[in-house]
Amino acid sequence: MSLAEKYPQEVQQILSKYPPHGKRSALMPLLFIAQRDEGYISKAAMQDIAALLDITETEVAGVVGFYTLYHEEKEGKYRIQVCTDLPCALRGAEGFMGDLCDHLKIKAGETTEDGLVTVEAVMCLAACDRAPMFQLQGPDAIEYHEHMTVEKTMELIGELKQSEG
Amino acid sequence: MTHVLLRHREIPDIGKLSVYQDNGGLAAFKNAVTKMKPGEVIDVVKNSGLRGRGGAGFPTGMKWSFADAKSWPHYMVANADESEPGTFKDREVMENNPFQFLEGVMIGSYAVGANIAYIYLRGEFWQIAESLDRKIAEMEAEGYLGDKIFGTDYSLRIYTHLGAGAYICGEETALLESLEGRRGQPRVRPPFPPSEGLYGKPTIINNVETFTNVPMIMANGAEWYKSMGTADAPGVKIFSLSGRVRKPGNYELPFGTTFRDLIYKYGGGVQDSRSVRAIMPAGASSSLILVDDDSILDTPMDYLEVRKLKSELGSASVIIVDDTVSMDWLINKTVHFFRHESCGKCTPCREGTFWMSHLTERIHTGQAVRADVDLLLNVAKQMQGKCLCALGEFSTMAVVSSLERFREDFDKAVQA
Repeated sequence: MSLAEKYPQEVQQILSKYPPHGKRSALMPLLFIAQRDEGYISKAAMQDIAALLDITETEVAGVVGFYTLYHEEKEGKYRIQVCTDLPCALRGAEGFMGDLCDHLKIKAGETTEDGLVTVEAVMCLAACDRAPMFQLQGPDAIEYHEHMTVEKTMELIGELKQSEG
Repeated sequence: MTHVLLRHREIPDIGKLSVYQDNGGLAAFKNAVTKMKPGEVIDVVKNSGLRGRGGAGFPTGMKWSFADAKSWPHYMVANADESEPGTFKDREVMENNPFQFLEGVMIGSYAVGANIAYIYLRGEFWQIAESLDRKIAEMEAEGYLGDKIFGTDYSLRIYTHLGAGAYICGEETALLESLEGRRGQPRVRPPFPPSEGLYGKPTIINNVETFTNVPMIMANGAEWYKSMGTADAPGVKIFSLSGRVRKPGNYELPFGTTFRDLIYKYGGGVQDSRSVRAIMPAGASSSLILVDDDSILDTPMDYLEVRKLKSELGSASVIIVDDTVSMDWLINKTVHFFRHESCGKCTPCREGTFWMSHLTERIHTGQAVRADVDLLLNVAKQMQGKCLCALGEFSTMAVVSSLERFREDFDKAVQA
């Protein structure tokens, strides 16, 4: 089922933001919907969106590959994306990231065995005064978690586990 | 001092429409639309001396006057792609004083004759976009947005648009490409956006903080605004203070405040009472200011004075580096950032950031020989002046300045 059939209202609302000759502007918002739906952006979703916007699949794939918040592979259901850029690194972000990975028994970029959480280093998230911090990218939201410790993060992961049953 | 931009610090509920209105909110927009010609609005902003807060410091009123009157429609775009390492001011404004920002967008749109405004937010600001959407809907319900506003012929709609993680989209033509549903790669300029921007039409793009100044300028007048700050940079600025200070955070202060006051009076001093070794006043894009003489801290922060220290004020994202930090580690961080964020369109930046990152990694991990340090400087200097946009140039700033001003760190790294 295509996105337009599955979420007619939402797709229509996105398209209405842009002039008819600027229809392609809807590409990025539509990709977010596709990702929310499947946890990643599948080939089929790219074909679907390309057809909807009268552009080629290659053009869609080019956009997906360019931006870091789009994922072409299914990994952890939640992504813990730790900022380790300079200002955060000056306030202990690298140590935090290392300790967290040790605790989860994974390396940076890897996913926990149960498939729940992937831990990744990312670039600046505009929260330099509240390091260590990460964003939690889930299926339908991105949340900031600031002034973090490994203990607080493990609690959060515990809550995610529970909510997943 | 009462805040001009971070007003939520005095009025905690200013993020509610009724509270914003009770504190004079939206009166400036109503006054502009019902009683002023667009050109008169532009004149007030011109006279205030307001300069763009995204980093370049271009005079805002002048930029607005560039919107090509022979080509229509016009678009207004708010750049909310805040991504420079060390910058977190726009986020605080949008989270806490959103209506003042939105009113600035509305006044600006009226001034340049735009009936549609887009707010381009970095994808990570997902929650902020949701919240702005609700605020926009509230204003539409109260007749501040929509068709024939206040019974005039003026119509305006504002839409949010999320990016998806790409620093380069803060560059205005890359932002437009992204907004058009393409990869965020800068355009060749000229033409500049005020003549050919979004969908090929005249487009004015300003930073969030810039817009947030506008309602207060319209309400209190250009002379009031100019009574703050310096001749070079009138008004107030939000300084994002980060790095090794006790109290990192945003501090709204008049231009011309000294580094010393920012770091010690407001920022609580350096962590562990160490001393300041270097300052990066414009985030990761800075040339490092060498603080080898205590009097450097008495430099007033405006565009002109910081330039005298062979650096730039940029977006005033002031990163404090203390004497525990080695510069070979620091530039390895900044170069990896730019290598990751280089869009790949132009060769000097794509290749240059790649090769610089190899060299800084090698130096930092003790694998390098002396010739690698010279080669790094050579690569950085070859990039300068040759890149399509400022990102490539910015990637060389910390490299060249630290090699010139902190050479001993590199000599040590090579010997070790």
